[in-house]
Amino acid sequence: MGILEVNDVNKRFGGLQALNSVTLDVEEGKVHAIIGPNGAGKSTLLNCFVGRLVPDTGTVMFNGQSLLGIKPHEINQTGVSRVFQTPEIFEEMTLIENVMIPAFAHRDGAFKVNFWGGVSEEGEVGDRAEAMLAQVDLADKKDTLAGSLSRGDKRRLELAMCLVQEPKLLLLDEPTAGMSRADTNNTIDLLKRIGEMGITKVVIEHDMHVVFSLAHKISVLAQGTVIAEGLPDEIKGDPRVQEAYLGGAHV
Amino acid sequence: MLALDKKDTTLFLIVLAAVIFAPFLLNPFPEGSELAQFNAGYPDLLQRFLIFGIFAIGFNILFGLTGYLSFGHAAFLGVGSYAGVWMMKLLTMNVVPAILMSIVFAGLFSLLVGYISLRRSGIYFSILTLAFAQMSFALAYSVLTPITNGETGLQLALDDPRVLGVSQVNGSIPPTNLFGLPMRESFELTMGGWVFTFNAGYYLCAVFMMVAFYLAIRIFRSPFGMMLRAVKSNQQRMNYTGLNSRPYTLAAFVISGMYAGLAGGLMVAMDPLAGAERMQWTASGEVVLMTILGGAGTLIGPVLGAGFIKYFENIFSKINDNILHQWFAFLPDGLEDALVFVIHPFIGKGWHLTLGIMFMLIVIFLPGGIVEGFRRLAQIGRRGTGGGKKSADAVPAPAE
Repeated sequence: MGILEVNDVNKRFGGLQALNSVTLDVEEGKVHAIIGPNGAGKSTLLNCFVGRLVPDTGTVMFNGQSLLGIKPHEINQTGVSRVFQTPEIFEEMTLIENVMIPAFAHRDGAFKVNFWGGVSEEGEVGDRAEAMLAQVDLADKKDTLAGSLSRGDKRRLELAMCLVQEPKLLLLDEPTAGMSRADTNNTIDLLKRIGEMGITKVVIEHDMHVVFSLAHKISVLAQGTVIAEGLPDEIKGDPRVQEAYLGGAHV
Repeated sequence: MLALDKKDTTLFLIVLAAVIFAPFLLNPFPEGSELAQFNAGYPDLLQRFLIFGIFAIGFNILFGLTGYLSFGHAAFLGVGSYAGVWMMKLLTMNVVPAILMSIVFAGLFSLLVGYISLRRSGIYFSILTLAFAQMSFALAYSVLTPITNGETGLQLALDDPRVLGVSQVNGSIPPTNLFGLPMRESFELTMGGWVFTFNAGYYLCAVFMMVAFYLAIRIFRSPFGMMLRAVKSNQQRMNYTGLNSRPYTLAAFVISGMYAGLAGGLMVAMDPLAGAERMQWTASGEVVLMTILGGAGTLIGPVLGAGFIKYFENIFSKINDNILHQWFAFLPDGLEDALVFVIHPFIGKGWHLTLGIMFMLIVIFLPGGIVEGFRRLAQIGRRGTGGGKKSADAVPAPAE
């Protein structure tokens, strides 16, 4: 039994069968990578986990609770955080505020009117946020505006925003897309470090270097269908994967 | 002090001092002098500065923090006014129940309007609030005449019950008062050529204004205020972060509606009549102008914007051709007439034109409003002496 169980999920957009009977089983504490060519349905699948899309049929169970038909903020409150393909951060706010907002959401729930006490009096939340910024090496920029960061820094900030919530499941949508090799390696190191926190992760990734460095298990998606699933070594050698995804090239 | 940080305390004390001494500060010209017409230190206008200041502070909590642009806030001010006058008709001429009930009724009405309008965002939200306000205006103007007295406006009458007070005193309606202190009571201080007027109603408005301002500071600096800014910044991220943005925006909407109601209540406390035109869309537009002109999303901006517009409306509009001729009398006749001819469209009834041009200039060159103007001046000053640290809230809020 996994922490995230996806069973027979179908999603159709007009004439396009984006997801075709997708079944996944993500084990607790592991890194599960989903790979596949462009348009394979990877992001669509992730969108079904966070409430952005609702599958036509099938079930998505997290910790024994269905994630279908409940709102994004409710899904997050059950312990699912997502890093987006293009960083979704609060650009007009400072880094520390960016991390304090999810920290408040974690502590106070989806809605709380606490307008009497100042933010500056929330020492505990502030400290947690600052410690988390330090973990992603952004502590020295805590009072700068998030919008002024480089793309790599924005991603690390978004990661910190997710981690400060102590999620049970972290969804990463191409965490290294558009990054230099050096930044990519930094991100891999960072993800490995947070891997030690025991958070279950689902990673969508194009970069095989990243996938094979991180993943415990890999599912290969092509044209909305899971065509192969297994350990990294098994996937590397699987001819169907080479055919569908790697175009026969040697990895 | 007051659990505010040093910067906010300073700001609060400056505003407090300005409000207390406004009857002095805004009467810089001696009585009877040529410039006396620019004096703004008379009770009626001073009260208006504060009342519209409160209205704009409240509007800014919604628009400045969450970015939701309401075009219907005058409706809440109108509802507050009607509720206030009714309290004076039914209960007592004491302004306390009138002001309290104007806040309560405006709050309830804004809860209804906000609940429905906030189902949409952006331009659709604005249109929904505008539609609500115009409906309210139309209802107040015609259908609800038994409650609002239609186009005549709701007024007090000699035979009103006033069960907690008295209906009439010596055949006339008693004045609005605070536990016996009439709101129109004024104390005049003559110093040399200057006459300063200290009005009871003005100082009641001042108390409410300072409480409203203090509350706004607390909201701005609180986690709640941070969430409202998060709504403006990235509502999607907010929702995927486990925060339900709807109740946050609704709470901001209702709070700003209650501020509008308070403004409406104070209006009738100063002058006990309420007309439907108070709810018209131009009145809603005015508070938008005030907020943007002063600086949306800043603490003091809306108050400055309100003061600026009300000053223009009341003072600039009084300048007429005769006065211009007096000013330019030293010029040769032909030139004098030409100059007056050119300036004529911009003064008197043409004050809207001047205001419009100034509004455009500010939005184009100072998107952060008057506050940004001050900030730039301060920066230039500081650059002269070195330094020039930019604080976190020094970010100009884009005009939306």
